[in-house]
Amino acid sequence: MKTKIWLSGIALAAMATSAFAQDATQVRIMWYSDGIEGEVIADLLDRFEQANPDIDIILDNVAYQVIQEQLPIQLASGAGPDIARVTNLKAQAEHWLDLRPYVADPAYWDANFGDRFDWMREDGSNAIPGYMTQLTLTGGFANATLFEQAGVELPAHGATWDEWAEASRKVMEDQGLPAAFAIDRSGHRVAGPAISYGAKFIGEDGKPAPMNDGAMDFFTRLTDWTAQGLMLPEVWVSAAGTTYRAAADDFINAQIPFYYSGSWQVANLSGKIGDAFDWVVVGSPCGPAGCSGMAGGAAMVAVKYTKHPEEVARVMDYLASEDIVREFSERTLFLPAHSGIVAKGGLNFQSDDPMVPPAMNAYVAASAETLPEADRMPAWVWGNTVYGAIVTRISQVMAGELTIDQAREMMDRDIADQVEAAGQ
Amino acid sequence: MPLVLIARGLDPVLRLWQRCTGTGGMITFFLLPNMAIFGVFVIIPLVLNIIYSMTGGVDILLKDRSFIGLGQYGRLLECQDYLVSTTCREDQFWTAVRNTGTFVLFQVSLMVCVSMITALILNRKIAGRGFFRAVFFFPVLLSPVVVGLIWRWILQRQGLMNLIVTQLGFDPVVWLNDRFFAFSAAIGVSTWAHMGFYTLILLAGLQAIPKDLYEAAEMDATPASRVFWRITLPLLGPNLAVVLVLALIRGVQIFDEAYVLTGGGPGTSTLFITQYIYEVGFASFLRNPGLAAAASILMGLVLVVLTLIQLGLSRRAEKGNAR
Repeated sequence: MKTKIWLSGIALAAMATSAFAQDATQVRIMWYSDGIEGEVIADLLDRFEQANPDIDIILDNVAYQVIQEQLPIQLASGAGPDIARVTNLKAQAEHWLDLRPYVADPAYWDANFGDRFDWMREDGSNAIPGYMTQLTLTGGFANATLFEQAGVELPAHGATWDEWAEASRKVMEDQGLPAAFAIDRSGHRVAGPAISYGAKFIGEDGKPAPMNDGAMDFFTRLTDWTAQGLMLPEVWVSAAGTTYRAAADDFINAQIPFYYSGSWQVANLSGKIGDAFDWVVVGSPCGPAGCSGMAGGAAMVAVKYTKHPEEVARVMDYLASEDIVREFSERTLFLPAHSGIVAKGGLNFQSDDPMVPPAMNAYVAASAETLPEADRMPAWVWGNTVYGAIVTRISQVMAGELTIDQAREMMDRDIADQVEAAGQ
Repeated sequence: MPLVLIARGLDPVLRLWQRCTGTGGMITFFLLPNMAIFGVFVIIPLVLNIIYSMTGGVDILLKDRSFIGLGQYGRLLECQDYLVSTTCREDQFWTAVRNTGTFVLFQVSLMVCVSMITALILNRKIAGRGFFRAVFFFPVLLSPVVVGLIWRWILQRQGLMNLIVTQLGFDPVVWLNDRFFAFSAAIGVSTWAHMGFYTLILLAGLQAIPKDLYEAAEMDATPASRVFWRITLPLLGPNLAVVLVLALIRGVQIFDEAYVLTGGGPGTSTLFITQYIYEVGFASFLRNPGLAAAASILMGLVLVVLTLIQLGLSRRAEKGNAR
């Protein structure tokens, strides 16, 4: 009898719970994390749910590869989450929901995030597709301790890539390191430096331009540095295709004195290096045309196949509010893309690591040095195509499979094939 | 009880079906569930893949793609000199074909030899035979990704192998950056991971050979090598044929452990055909689903040929045994 009473109680409780759950509208978010931002967003969303019991948020924390490979298939079939955090912003713009009719104050969105809407919406549109969770900028990190131990001065602001390569070579030789420097295996990472050498990827007609002498100048340097043993070979050489590989672990393990990556690595480096050695952000080394990094970032976008646009807009309004963006940036050590916050300044990045504040300030300073060509790239629909061709073919040159001239021809052909395929 | 009720309910229906369609109809009826599953998961995707291979564009959904006939096949097969992949329009496809062919040649030979030797040893009355059988079979139970990661950690710059090398007083080597070693590692790791399965097949074959043949050979003082070539090998023929063809098919499909181990590098020296299809279809920034579908159809044709060879060999072996 007791058992029956217990079972009845459990059944009633389950019914009550499910009835309650049915009242709440489910909003599903697909999210990936580079560092600690998954924990931060979960905490922020918990607070939203407590204040808004009619919305039940399901946060799917997935691998970045899922965002890159599975989300596009879901979107193409008219499915997917209600909100997603993505980096491939422009190429998937047709799938984002225009939040303008749903958000509480479109003027707030335009004023604070409007500068980057073109990165994630179709050309000519005035949609509000979402907001950038963070801005990123590519740039260099130097192991100050290794430089000091080797008795080599850190190259000053405005130093060229050649000067950085030479200084890092001296450190490598003095300290018996496997390489002088490394750059992440990514077309995006080398595009900024190539622009510093005069690369023009965007043609007059908005389509990809053939690789020019400026671009090839930098790519030739890259392959020469690899052949000379200055650039860590396993990052670029040990993979085929467009496979992404970061060299952060080699920098963290003090195997290289100089590492070119980006601002999103600050929290990662701070957390893993601790007080093992001193490191500094040095911006982007220079070429003849300038000292450009490449801007980018991740965005939270609403997906247009959602069945609950009003609820999605409420979640987005909350996440894009000034206080929440500020807190998110301060806790994750990400550069905010909120114009109001940037204008007010005074971000209190939450880290006990003394390396972090100067690192973040250095990135903010370096963001003023990006060249116009680099600024156009994030909003350009063919950006990823160009990056893919660069990383595929330049790796083959480094591996000794192609000459640099063959690589130039093949990059142009790969890009032309992709443009042609898109037009079919 | 409910099953009995269901059976009773179905009984008149089945009797009526049998009366109308005969025994053949009953066979069809019982095969239908399996055929449905096979159709949904094999036939329909295969047909879709063929259709995809005849479409162009970068969109994923078929309705958004344009029909271009055999254009993707033409692009894959466009080549000035098939022996020099850089002269081909899809040079990476031909590099992958060449790599896969070389891989199959060496890996299958190695696999058959090593499995054979292991099976012969494990078939003898040695101490700890059960333990060693389990040891050799254990890698088969591992996920290919785990296999790839384990060996990557062993062979990377700061891995176990270099720890040993430096302890011996040599400079560390970036093993996976060397074209020859990376390719050899892909062959070795793949063999290590799968040899247990093939050893098991050969061991079963060895144990099925009648003992009296060996006893007769022993009474005649036949040398061991002659026993192997004249008794063991011929009677192991059917099992060897199965091992050979299964290893061949698996070799052509090599992807997971090699992808995790080398990522296709250095350069494209371990880029195999399945990785090429995966990259072009899903992973790459230079995505082209139609081209990937066409490449997979071509690979499928190669596998069909290999399967036909397997069937032919099996039938020949069966006929030989019957005589």
